[in-house]
Amino acid sequence: MDSILSISNLSKTYAGGFEALKNVNLEIERGEIFALLGPNGAGKTTLINIVCGIVSASSGKALVNGHDISTDFRKAREVIGLVPQELPVETFESVWNTCTFSRGLFGRSPNPAHIEKVLKSLSLWDKKDSRIMELSGGMKRRVLIAKALSHDPELLFLDEPTAGVDVELRQAMWRVVNELRDSGVTVILTTHYIAEAEQMADRVGIINGGEIILVQEKDSLMQELGKKQLTLNLHEALQEIPSQLSAYKLVLNDEGRELVYTYDTKDERTGITALLGELQAADVRFNDLHTSQSSLEDIFVDLVKRPQ
Amino acid sequence: MNYQAIRSIYKFEMARMFRTVVQSIVAPVLSTSLYFVIFGAVIGSRIAEIDGVSYGAFIVPGLIMLAIMTESISNSSFAIYFPRFTGTIFEVLSAPVSYVEVVIGYVGAAATKSVIVGLIIFATANFFVDIKLAHPFVMLLFLVLTSVSFCLFGFILGIWADGWEKLTIVPVLVIMPLTFLGGTFYSISMLPEVWQTISLFNPVVYLISGFRWSFYENADVSVWLSIATTVGFLLLCLLIVRWIFKTGYKLRS
Repeated sequence: MDSILSISNLSKTYAGGFEALKNVNLEIERGEIFALLGPNGAGKTTLINIVCGIVSASSGKALVNGHDISTDFRKAREVIGLVPQELPVETFESVWNTCTFSRGLFGRSPNPAHIEKVLKSLSLWDKKDSRIMELSGGMKRRVLIAKALSHDPELLFLDEPTAGVDVELRQAMWRVVNELRDSGVTVILTTHYIAEAEQMADRVGIINGGEIILVQEKDSLMQELGKKQLTLNLHEALQEIPSQLSAYKLVLNDEGRELVYTYDTKDERTGITALLGELQAADVRFNDLHTSQSSLEDIFVDLVKRPQ
Repeated sequence: MNYQAIRSIYKFEMARMFRTVVQSIVAPVLSTSLYFVIFGAVIGSRIAEIDGVSYGAFIVPGLIMLAIMTESISNSSFAIYFPRFTGTIFEVLSAPVSYVEVVIGYVGAAATKSVIVGLIIFATANFFVDIKLAHPFVMLLFLVLTSVSFCLFGFILGIWADGWEKLTIVPVLVIMPLTFLGGTFYSISMLPEVWQTISLFNPVVYLISGFRWSFYENADVSVWLSIATTVGFLLLCLLIVRWIFKTGYKLRS
Protein backbone atom coordinates (compact mmCIF):
# COMPACT_ATOMS: atom_id res chain seq x y z
CA MET A 1 0.00 0.00 0.00
CA ASP A 2 1.31 3.45 -0.93
CA SER A 3 0.67 5.52 2.19
CA ILE A 4 0.69 9.29 2.05
CA LEU A 5 0.09 9.52 5.79
CA SER A 6 1.24 7.01 8.30
CA ILE A 7 0.36 7.54 11.96
CA SER A 8 1.75 5.24 14.62
CA ASN A 9 1.06 5.12 18.36
CA LEU A 10 0.03 8.76 18.44
CA SER A 11 -1.17 10.03 21.81
CA LYS A 12 -2.06 13.46 23.08
CA THR A 13 -2.76 14.56 26.63
CA TYR A 14 -3.51 18.27 27.01
CA ALA A 15 -2.02 20.35 29.84
CA GLY A 16 -5.26 20.08 31.81
CA GLY A 17 -4.92 16.27 31.80
CA PHE A 18 -7.53 15.58 29.09
CA GLU A 19 -6.49 12.57 27.03
CA ALA A 20 -7.58 13.56 23.52
CA LEU A 21 -5.85 10.76 21.60
CA LYS A 22 -4.95 7.29 22.83
CA ASN A 23 -2.37 5.37 20.85
CA VAL A 24 -3.81 6.08 17.42
CA ASN A 25 -2.58 4.09 14.41
CA LEU A 26 -3.77 5.00 10.94
CA GLU A 27 -2.61 4.57 7.35
CA ILE A 28 -4.03 6.79 4.63
CA GLU A 29 -3.61 5.62 1.06
CA ARG A 30 -2.52 8.00 -1.64
CA GLY A 31 -5.44 9.29 -3.68
CA GLU A 32 -8.27 8.13 -1.46
CA ILE A 33 -11.04 10.06 0.21
CA PHE A 34 -11.03 9.11 3.85
CA ALA A 35 -13.88 10.15 6.13
CA LEU A 36 -13.07 10.42 9.80
CA LEU A 37 -16.26 10.25 11.78
CA GLY A 38 -16.77 10.71 15.47
CA PRO A 39 -18.92 12.56 17.96
CA ASN A 40 -17.91 15.97 19.31
CA GLY A 41 -14.74 15.77 21.41
CA ALA A 42 -13.74 12.40 19.94
CA GLY A 43 -10.30 13.67 18.90
CA LYS A 44 -10.81 14.32 15.17
CA THR A 45 -9.56 17.89 15.18
CA THR A 46 -6.70 17.09 17.57
CA LEU A 47 -5.54 14.36 15.19
CA ILE A 48 -5.65 16.73 12.20
CA ASN A 49 -3.97 19.54 14.14
CA ILE A 50 -1.10 17.31 15.21
CA VAL A 51 -0.40 16.20 11.64
CA CYS A 52 -0.53 19.84 10.48
CA GLY A 53 1.77 21.12 13.22
CA ILE A 54 -0.73 23.21 15.18
CA VAL A 55 -0.76 20.91 18.21
CA SER A 56 2.24 18.97 19.54
CA ALA A 57 1.85 15.23 20.08
CA SER A 58 2.60 13.80 23.53
CA SER A 59 4.03 10.62 22.01
CA GLY A 60 4.07 8.61 18.81
CA LYS A 61 4.84 9.75 15.31
CA ALA A 62 3.35 10.62 11.98
CA LEU A 63 4.94 10.51 8.54
CA VAL A 64 3.68 12.50 5.57
CA ASN A 65 5.13 11.22 2.29
CA GLY A 66 7.66 9.43 4.49
CA HIS A 67 8.75 12.65 6.21
CA ASP A 68 8.45 12.90 9.98
CA ILE A 69 6.13 15.76 10.97
CA SER A 70 8.44 16.96 13.74
CA THR A 71 11.99 16.27 12.57
CA ASP A 72 11.40 16.88 8.85
CA PHE A 73 8.48 19.27 9.21
CA ARG A 74 9.23 21.37 6.14
CA LYS A 75 9.00 18.45 3.71
CA ALA A 76 5.99 17.08 5.57
CA ARG A 77 4.00 20.31 5.74
CA GLU A 78 4.63 21.64 2.25
CA VAL A 79 2.31 19.02 0.75
CA ILE A 80 -0.49 19.53 3.27
CA GLY A 81 -3.49 21.82 2.87
CA LEU A 82 -5.78 22.44 5.81
CA VAL A 83 -9.30 23.82 5.90
CA PRO A 84 -10.00 24.33 9.59
CA GLN A 85 -13.32 23.88 11.31
CA GLU A 86 -13.77 27.50 12.38
CA LEU A 87 -13.64 30.47 10.05
CA PRO A 88 -10.37 32.20 10.87
CA VAL A 89 -9.93 34.72 8.06
CA GLU A 90 -7.96 37.90 7.53
CA THR A 91 -11.00 40.15 7.82
CA PHE A 92 -9.49 43.25 6.21
CA GLU A 93 -7.69 41.52 3.34
CA SER A 94 -8.94 40.90 -0.16
CA VAL A 95 -9.64 37.35 -1.32
CA TRP A 96 -6.84 37.55 -3.86
CA ASN A 97 -4.23 38.80 -1.38
CA THR A 98 -5.07 36.22 1.25
CA CYS A 99 -4.70 33.39 -1.29
CA THR A 100 -1.43 34.79 -2.63
CA PHE A 101 -0.17 35.05 0.94
CA SER A 102 -1.03 31.40 1.62
CA ARG A 103 0.80 30.21 -1.47
CA GLY A 104 3.94 32.15 -0.53
CA LEU A 105 3.81 30.96 3.07
CA PHE A 106 4.05 27.40 1.81
CA GLY A 107 7.19 28.26 -0.12
CA ARG A 108 5.68 28.38 -3.60
CA SER A 109 6.63 31.10 -6.06
CA PRO A 110 3.78 33.37 -7.19
CA ASN A 111 1.45 31.79 -9.75
CA PRO A 112 -1.51 34.06 -10.54
CA ALA A 113 -2.86 31.57 -13.11
CA HIS A 114 -3.17 28.86 -10.46
CA ILE A 115 -4.86 31.18 -7.95
CA GLU A 116 -7.25 32.25 -10.70
CA LYS A 117 -8.08 28.61 -11.48
CA VAL A 118 -8.72 27.84 -7.79
CA LEU A 119 -10.91 30.92 -7.30
CA LYS A 120 -12.91 30.12 -10.43
CA SER A 121 -13.46 26.51 -9.39
CA LEU A 122 -14.93 27.76 -6.10
CA SER A 123 -17.03 30.47 -7.78
CA LEU A 124 -14.98 33.15 -6.02
CA TRP A 125 -13.50 34.84 -9.06
CA ASP A 126 -15.94 37.77 -9.06
CA LYS A 127 -15.15 38.29 -5.36
CA LYS A 128 -11.38 38.31 -5.78
CA ASP A 129 -11.04 42.00 -4.91
CA SER A 130 -13.64 41.98 -2.14
CA ARG A 131 -12.52 42.30 1.43
CA ILE A 132 -13.22 39.10 3.33
CA MET A 133 -15.29 40.96 5.93
CA GLU A 134 -17.84 41.71 3.21
CA LEU A 135 -18.44 38.03 2.44
CA SER A 136 -21.08 35.70 3.85
CA GLY A 137 -20.19 32.74 6.08
CA GLY A 138 -20.43 30.30 3.19
CA MET A 139 -18.20 32.48 1.04
CA LYS A 140 -15.64 32.70 3.84
CA ARG A 141 -15.63 28.91 3.93
CA ARG A 142 -14.86 28.90 0.20
CA VAL A 143 -12.02 31.36 0.79
CA LEU A 144 -10.51 28.99 3.35
CA ILE A 145 -10.69 26.16 0.85
CA ALA A 146 -9.12 28.38 -1.82
CA LYS A 147 -6.31 29.28 0.59
CA ALA A 148 -5.69 25.60 1.34
CA LEU A 149 -5.57 24.78 -2.38
CA SER A 150 -3.41 27.75 -3.35
CA HIS A 151 -0.17 25.77 -2.96
CA ASP A 152 -1.27 22.58 -4.76
CA PRO A 153 -1.40 20.28 -1.72
CA GLU A 154 -1.14 16.52 -2.15
CA LEU A 155 -2.95 15.86 1.11
CA LEU A 156 -5.97 17.97 1.98
CA PHE A 157 -7.63 18.05 5.38
CA LEU A 158 -11.21 19.24 5.42
CA ASP A 159 -12.33 19.64 9.00
CA GLU A 160 -16.14 19.92 8.98
CA PRO A 161 -16.09 21.65 5.58
CA THR A 162 -19.85 21.78 5.13
CA ALA A 163 -20.80 23.00 8.60
CA GLY A 164 -23.15 25.94 8.17
CA VAL A 165 -23.16 26.07 4.37
CA ASP A 166 -26.18 25.95 2.13
CA VAL A 167 -27.11 23.06 -0.16
CA GLU A 168 -25.80 24.73 -3.29
CA LEU A 169 -22.39 25.41 -1.80
CA ARG A 170 -22.23 21.94 -0.30
CA GLN A 171 -22.77 20.42 -3.72
CA ALA A 172 -20.20 22.77 -5.26
CA MET A 173 -17.76 21.75 -2.56
CA TRP A 174 -18.20 18.06 -3.25
CA ARG A 175 -17.75 18.72 -6.94
CA VAL A 176 -14.39 20.31 -6.10
CA VAL A 177 -13.48 17.38 -3.86
CA ASN A 178 -14.29 14.98 -6.68
CA GLU A 179 -12.13 16.97 -9.08
CA LEU A 180 -9.31 16.93 -6.54
CA ARG A 181 -9.59 13.18 -6.18
CA ASP A 182 -9.45 12.85 -9.95
CA SER A 183 -6.26 14.90 -9.98
CA GLY A 184 -4.71 12.59 -7.40
CA VAL A 185 -5.13 14.63 -4.22
CA THR A 186 -5.74 12.64 -1.05
CA VAL A 187 -8.60 14.04 1.02
CA ILE A 188 -9.22 13.43 4.70
CA LEU A 189 -12.49 14.88 5.89
CA THR A 190 -14.41 15.03 9.07
CA THR A 191 -18.09 15.68 8.90
CA HIS A 192 -21.24 15.49 10.93
CA TYR A 193 -23.28 14.89 7.80
CA ILE A 194 -22.74 11.19 7.62
CA ALA A 195 -24.74 11.01 4.43
CA GLU A 196 -21.92 12.95 2.82
CA ALA A 197 -19.32 10.49 3.98
CA GLU A 198 -21.54 7.73 2.70
CA GLN A 199 -21.70 9.44 -0.66
CA MET A 200 -18.07 10.56 -0.98
CA ALA A 201 -15.67 8.42 0.99
CA ASP A 202 -13.67 5.42 -0.17
CA ARG A 203 -12.87 4.44 3.39
CA VAL A 204 -14.31 5.37 6.74
CA GLY A 205 -12.60 5.65 10.11
CA ILE A 206 -14.59 5.98 13.29
CA ILE A 207 -12.97 7.64 16.28
CA ASN A 208 -14.48 7.81 19.74
CA GLY A 209 -12.97 8.85 23.05
CA GLY A 210 -9.56 9.39 21.39
CA GLU A 211 -9.41 5.87 19.97
CA ILE A 212 -9.87 4.68 16.41
CA ILE A 213 -12.50 2.02 16.81
CA LEU A 214 -12.83 1.06 13.18
CA VAL A 215 -11.25 1.67 9.78
CA GLN A 216 -12.85 0.02 6.80
CA GLU A 217 -13.76 0.31 3.15
CA LYS A 218 -17.06 2.11 3.15
CA ASP A 219 -18.81 -0.40 0.90
CA SER A 220 -17.75 -3.42 2.91
CA LEU A 221 -18.66 -1.62 6.13
CA MET A 222 -22.11 -0.91 4.83
CA GLN A 223 -22.45 -4.49 3.74
CA GLU A 224 -21.05 -5.96 6.92
CA LEU A 225 -22.77 -3.85 9.49
CA GLY A 226 -25.75 -2.74 7.47
CA LYS A 227 -29.06 -4.38 8.30
CA LYS A 228 -32.00 -4.71 5.98
CA GLN A 229 -35.58 -4.67 7.08
CA LEU A 230 -38.69 -5.92 5.36
CA THR A 231 -41.83 -4.10 6.48
CA LEU A 232 -45.28 -5.52 5.73
CA ASN A 233 -48.40 -3.38 6.07
CA LEU A 234 -51.02 -5.84 7.27
CA HIS A 235 -54.54 -6.07 5.98
CA GLU A 236 -55.85 -6.58 9.48
CA ALA A 237 -54.11 -5.65 12.71
CA LEU A 238 -52.62 -8.57 14.66
CA GLN A 239 -52.87 -8.86 18.44
CA GLU A 240 -49.78 -11.01 18.57
CA ILE A 241 -47.36 -12.76 16.25
CA PRO A 242 -48.54 -16.25 15.35
CA SER A 243 -46.45 -18.85 17.18
CA GLN A 244 -45.39 -20.65 13.98
CA LEU A 245 -43.54 -17.46 12.93
CA SER A 246 -41.52 -17.12 16.15
CA ALA A 247 -38.27 -18.26 14.46
CA TYR A 248 -38.24 -15.10 12.35
CA LYS A 249 -38.03 -12.77 15.37
CA LEU A 250 -40.63 -10.48 13.90
CA VAL A 251 -41.64 -7.20 15.49
CA LEU A 252 -45.15 -5.76 15.48
CA ASN A 253 -45.43 -2.01 15.08
CA ASP A 254 -48.14 0.58 14.58
CA GLU A 255 -50.64 -1.15 16.88
CA GLY A 256 -50.30 -4.43 15.10
CA ARG A 257 -50.70 -3.10 11.59
CA GLU A 258 -47.03 -3.38 10.65
CA LEU A 259 -44.86 -6.47 10.73
CA VAL A 260 -41.08 -5.94 10.57
CA TYR A 261 -38.56 -8.61 9.63
CA THR A 262 -34.85 -7.83 10.06
CA TYR A 263 -32.39 -9.90 8.02
CA ASP A 264 -28.71 -9.97 7.32
CA THR A 265 -27.60 -8.85 3.86
CA LYS A 266 -24.57 -11.15 3.98
CA ASP A 267 -26.60 -14.31 4.43
CA GLU A 268 -27.04 -16.43 1.37
CA ARG A 269 -30.60 -17.13 2.40
CA THR A 270 -32.41 -14.13 3.69
CA GLY A 271 -35.46 -16.19 4.62
CA ILE A 272 -37.86 -13.87 2.86
CA THR A 273 -39.40 -16.49 0.59
CA ALA A 274 -39.94 -18.88 3.47
CA LEU A 275 -41.41 -16.12 5.62
CA LEU A 276 -43.86 -15.10 2.92
CA GLY A 277 -44.89 -18.73 2.53
CA GLU A 278 -45.47 -19.14 6.23
CA LEU A 279 -47.43 -15.89 6.39
CA GLN A 280 -49.74 -17.23 3.71
CA ALA A 281 -50.10 -20.49 5.60
CA ALA A 282 -50.96 -18.58 8.76
CA ASP A 283 -53.45 -16.51 6.76
CA VAL A 284 -51.73 -13.25 7.51
CA ARG A 285 -52.50 -11.00 4.58
CA PHE A 286 -50.83 -7.75 3.71
CA ASN A 287 -51.58 -4.72 1.50
CA ASP A 288 -48.07 -3.48 0.87
CA LEU A 289 -44.44 -4.20 1.62
CA HIS A 290 -41.12 -2.39 1.39
CA THR A 291 -37.50 -2.95 2.36
CA SER A 292 -35.06 -0.48 3.87
CA GLN A 293 -31.33 -0.56 4.50
CA SER A 294 -29.58 1.00 7.48
CA SER A 295 -27.53 4.07 6.61
CA LEU A 296 -23.95 4.82 7.57
CA GLU A 297 -25.46 7.06 10.21
CA ASP A 298 -27.26 4.11 11.84
CA ILE A 299 -24.03 2.12 11.75
CA PHE A 300 -22.11 5.03 13.21
CA VAL A 301 -24.55 5.60 16.06
CA ASP A 302 -24.59 1.89 16.75
CA LEU A 303 -20.77 1.69 16.91
CA VAL A 304 -20.26 4.81 18.98
CA LYS A 305 -22.91 3.86 21.51
CA ARG A 306 -21.63 0.32 21.81
CA PRO A 307 -19.79 -0.22 25.13
CA GLN A 308 -16.03 -0.33 24.53
CA MET B 1 15.26 28.60 4.43
CA ASN B 2 11.79 29.36 3.05
CA TYR B 3 12.47 32.74 1.39
CA GLN B 4 9.05 32.84 -0.26
CA ALA B 5 7.44 32.67 3.17
CA ILE B 6 9.57 35.53 4.51
CA ARG B 7 8.66 37.57 1.43
CA SER B 8 4.97 36.77 1.84
CA ILE B 9 4.79 37.67 5.53
CA TYR B 10 6.85 40.83 4.98
CA LYS B 11 4.74 41.99 2.02
CA PHE B 12 1.52 41.16 3.83
CA GLU B 13 2.55 43.17 6.88
CA MET B 14 3.83 46.12 4.86
CA ALA B 15 0.54 46.18 2.94
CA ARG B 16 -1.23 46.39 6.29
CA MET B 17 0.89 49.41 7.20
CA PHE B 18 0.09 51.24 3.97
CA ARG B 19 -3.58 50.42 4.43
CA THR B 20 -3.49 52.04 7.86
CA VAL B 21 -1.06 54.80 6.96
CA VAL B 22 -2.70 57.40 9.22
CA GLN B 23 -2.38 55.20 12.28
CA SER B 24 1.01 53.74 11.35
CA ILE B 25 2.86 56.82 10.16
CA VAL B 26 0.90 60.07 10.35
CA ALA B 27 -0.15 59.68 14.01
CA PRO B 28 3.33 59.12 15.53
CA VAL B 29 4.89 61.78 13.30
CA LEU B 30 2.22 64.32 14.22
CA SER B 31 2.32 63.65 17.97
CA THR B 32 6.12 63.85 18.05
CA SER B 33 6.08 67.05 15.97
CA LEU B 34 3.89 68.63 18.65
CA TYR B 35 6.76 68.16 21.09
CA PHE B 36 9.08 70.01 18.69
CA VAL B 37 6.61 72.84 18.34
CA ILE B 38 6.01 73.21 22.08
CA PHE B 39 9.42 72.39 23.57
CA GLY B 40 11.49 73.45 20.61
CA ALA B 41 9.93 76.51 19.06
CA VAL B 42 7.62 77.84 21.81
CA ILE B 43 9.18 77.32 25.24
CA GLY B 44 12.55 75.90 24.17
CA SER B 45 13.97 79.39 23.70
CA ARG B 46 13.34 80.12 27.40
CA ILE B 47 15.22 77.01 28.56
CA ALA B 48 18.97 77.10 28.95
CA GLU B 49 21.23 75.16 26.55
CA ILE B 50 22.31 71.70 27.66
CA ASP B 51 25.96 70.78 26.97
CA GLY B 52 26.11 73.58 24.40
CA VAL B 53 23.01 72.39 22.50
CA SER B 54 19.77 74.39 22.38
CA TYR B 55 16.96 72.67 24.29
CA GLY B 56 14.80 72.25 21.19
CA ALA B 57 17.63 70.42 19.39
CA PHE B 58 18.65 68.49 22.53
CA ILE B 59 15.32 66.68 22.84
CA VAL B 60 15.15 65.57 19.18
CA PRO B 61 17.15 62.30 19.52
CA GLY B 62 15.21 61.35 22.67
CA LEU B 63 11.88 62.06 21.00
CA ILE B 64 12.81 60.01 17.92
CA MET B 65 13.78 57.15 20.26
CA LEU B 66 10.54 57.53 22.23
CA ALA B 67 8.53 57.34 19.00
CA ILE B 68 10.31 54.34 17.50
CA MET B 69 10.27 52.39 20.75
CA THR B 70 6.54 52.91 21.19
CA GLU B 71 5.81 52.26 17.51
CA SER B 72 8.01 49.16 17.38
CA ILE B 73 6.29 47.60 20.36
CA SER B 74 2.78 48.40 19.26
CA ASN B 75 3.35 47.42 15.60
CA SER B 76 4.90 44.05 16.19
CA SER B 77 2.81 43.08 19.23
CA PHE B 78 -0.34 43.81 17.23
CA ALA B 79 1.03 42.01 14.14
CA ILE B 80 1.31 38.70 16.00
CA TYR B 81 -1.48 39.17 18.57
CA PHE B 82 -4.18 39.89 15.97
CA PRO B 83 -3.74 36.56 14.10
CA ARG B 84 -3.76 34.79 17.46
CA PHE B 85 -6.94 36.63 18.40
CA THR B 86 -8.73 35.88 15.11
CA GLY B 87 -7.30 32.37 14.77
CA THR B 88 -5.53 32.99 11.44
CA ILE B 89 -2.25 32.07 13.17
CA PHE B 90 -3.14 28.44 12.35
CA GLU B 91 -1.83 28.97 8.85
CA VAL B 92 1.59 30.19 9.98
CA LEU B 93 1.83 27.31 12.47
CA SER B 94 0.93 24.74 9.82
CA ALA B 95 3.21 26.19 7.12
CA PRO B 96 6.64 24.77 6.30
CA VAL B 97 8.39 27.62 8.12
CA SER B 98 10.66 27.73 11.14
CA TYR B 99 10.56 30.48 13.74
CA VAL B 100 13.46 32.17 11.94
CA GLU B 101 11.34 32.91 8.85
CA VAL B 102 8.33 33.94 10.96
CA VAL B 103 10.43 36.36 13.03
CA ILE B 104 12.28 37.81 10.02
CA GLY B 105 8.93 38.39 8.26
CA TYR B 106 6.95 39.93 11.11
CA VAL B 107 9.76 41.69 12.97
CA GLY B 108 11.42 42.79 9.74
CA ALA B 109 8.23 44.47 8.53
CA ALA B 110 7.52 46.10 11.91
CA ALA B 111 11.13 47.33 12.18
CA THR B 112 10.97 48.75 8.64
CA LYS B 113 7.90 50.77 9.65
CA SER B 114 9.70 52.04 12.76
CA VAL B 115 12.78 53.11 10.79
CA ILE B 116 10.52 54.91 8.27
CA VAL B 117 8.70 56.67 11.15
CA GLY B 118 12.05 57.58 12.77
CA LEU B 119 13.42 59.06 9.55
CA ILE B 120 10.25 61.06 8.85
CA ILE B 121 10.32 62.45 12.38
CA PHE B 122 13.99 63.36 11.92
CA ALA B 123 13.19 65.14 8.66
CA THR B 124 10.21 66.92 10.28
CA ALA B 125 12.31 68.05 13.25
CA ASN B 126 14.58 69.94 10.84
CA PHE B 127 11.70 72.29 10.09
CA PHE B 128 11.40 73.37 13.72
CA VAL B 129 14.91 73.25 15.16
CA ASP B 130 18.52 73.35 13.93
CA ILE B 131 19.92 69.87 14.17
CA LYS B 132 23.51 68.82 13.75
CA LEU B 133 24.10 65.20 12.79
CA ALA B 134 27.73 64.35 13.59
CA HIS B 135 27.70 60.59 12.87
CA PRO B 136 24.93 59.64 10.42
CA PHE B 137 25.97 55.98 10.22
CA VAL B 138 26.03 55.56 13.98
CA MET B 139 22.64 57.29 14.09
CA LEU B 140 21.29 54.79 11.52
CA LEU B 141 22.87 51.90 13.42
CA PHE B 142 21.08 52.92 16.62
CA LEU B 143 17.86 53.51 14.73
CA VAL B 144 17.93 50.03 13.17
CA LEU B 145 19.18 48.22 16.30
CA THR B 146 16.59 49.87 18.52
CA SER B 147 13.79 49.26 16.03
CA VAL B 148 14.67 45.58 15.62
CA SER B 149 15.16 44.90 19.33
CA PHE B 150 11.96 46.65 20.42
CA CYS B 151 10.03 44.96 17.60
CA LEU B 152 11.32 41.64 18.95
CA PHE B 153 10.23 42.73 22.41
CA GLY B 154 6.79 43.65 21.03
CA PHE B 155 6.61 40.29 19.28
CA ILE B 156 7.21 38.54 22.61
CA LEU B 157 4.58 40.76 24.21
CA GLY B 158 2.08 39.88 21.46
CA ILE B 159 2.60 36.18 22.13
CA TRP B 160 2.50 36.53 25.91
CA ALA B 161 -0.64 38.69 25.96
CA ASP B 162 -3.93 36.86 26.21
CA GLY B 163 -6.10 39.96 26.13
CA TRP B 164 -6.10 43.48 24.73
CA GLU B 165 -5.41 44.93 28.17
CA LYS B 166 -2.15 43.02 28.59
CA LEU B 167 -1.12 44.23 25.15
CA THR B 168 -1.28 47.88 26.21
CA ILE B 169 -0.27 47.53 29.84
CA VAL B 170 3.47 47.00 29.22
CA PRO B 171 3.95 49.97 26.85
CA VAL B 172 2.02 52.29 29.16
CA LEU B 173 3.23 51.10 32.56
CA VAL B 174 6.80 50.07 31.76
CA ILE B 175 8.13 51.53 28.53
CA MET B 176 6.61 55.00 28.77
CA PRO B 177 8.01 55.75 32.31
CA LEU B 178 11.40 54.25 31.42
CA THR B 179 11.59 56.45 28.31
CA PHE B 180 10.45 59.65 30.05
CA LEU B 181 12.90 58.99 32.87
CA GLY B 182 15.60 57.80 30.47
CA GLY B 183 16.84 61.21 29.47
CA THR B 184 14.52 62.16 26.62
CA PHE B 185 13.95 65.62 28.05
CA TYR B 186 17.10 66.08 30.17
CA SER B 187 20.68 65.01 30.58
CA ILE B 188 21.24 62.45 33.33
CA SER B 189 24.09 64.65 34.60
CA MET B 190 21.46 67.26 35.61
CA LEU B 191 20.03 64.88 38.24
CA PRO B 192 21.13 64.60 41.88
CA GLU B 193 23.87 61.96 42.26
CA VAL B 194 21.62 59.29 43.77
CA TRP B 195 19.14 59.59 40.87
CA GLN B 196 22.03 59.45 38.41
CA THR B 197 23.01 56.07 39.90
CA ILE B 198 19.41 54.85 39.85
CA SER B 199 19.04 56.01 36.23
CA LEU B 200 21.95 53.78 35.21
CA PHE B 201 19.67 50.77 35.89
CA ASN B 202 17.30 52.07 33.23
CA PRO B 203 18.30 50.43 29.92
CA VAL B 204 16.63 53.21 27.92
CA VAL B 205 19.24 55.68 29.23
CA TYR B 206 21.90 53.84 27.23
CA LEU B 207 19.85 53.91 24.03
CA ILE B 208 19.02 57.60 24.21
CA SER B 209 22.52 58.52 25.29
CA GLY B 210 24.14 56.63 22.42
CA PHE B 211 21.64 57.97 19.91
CA ARG B 212 22.16 61.54 21.12
CA TRP B 213 25.92 61.07 20.84
CA SER B 214 25.53 60.33 17.14
CA PHE B 215 23.97 63.82 16.80
CA TYR B 216 25.89 66.08 19.17
CA GLU B 217 28.84 63.96 20.35
CA ASN B 218 27.88 64.34 23.99
CA ALA B 219 26.63 61.40 25.99
CA ASP B 220 25.73 60.37 29.54
CA VAL B 221 27.47 57.01 29.13
CA SER B 222 30.12 55.68 26.74
CA VAL B 223 28.78 55.11 23.22
CA TRP B 224 30.30 51.61 23.21
CA LEU B 225 28.38 50.79 26.36
CA SER B 226 25.24 52.06 24.62
CA ILE B 227 25.85 49.83 21.60
CA ALA B 228 26.66 46.86 23.85
CA THR B 229 23.43 47.37 25.86
CA THR B 230 21.31 47.57 22.71
CA VAL B 231 22.92 44.47 21.19
CA GLY B 232 22.57 42.68 24.54
CA PHE B 233 18.85 43.50 24.68
CA LEU B 234 18.48 42.33 21.08
CA LEU B 235 20.17 39.00 21.83
CA LEU B 236 18.07 38.50 24.96
CA CYS B 237 14.87 39.04 22.95
CA LEU B 238 16.10 36.64 20.24
CA LEU B 239 16.76 33.95 22.87
CA ILE B 240 13.26 34.40 24.31
CA VAL B 241 11.67 34.21 20.84
CA ARG B 242 13.67 31.05 20.10
CA TRP B 243 12.49 29.52 23.38
CA ILE B 244 8.87 30.46 22.58
CA PHE B 245 8.95 28.63 19.25
CA LYS B 246 10.92 25.65 20.59
CA THR B 247 8.47 25.08 23.41
CA GLY B 248 5.38 26.33 21.55
CA TYR B 249 4.62 28.63 24.52
CA LYS B 250 1.11 30.06 24.00
CA LEU B 251 1.29 29.06 20.34
CA ARG B 252 1.01 25.27 20.26
CA SER B 253 -0.96 23.36 22.86
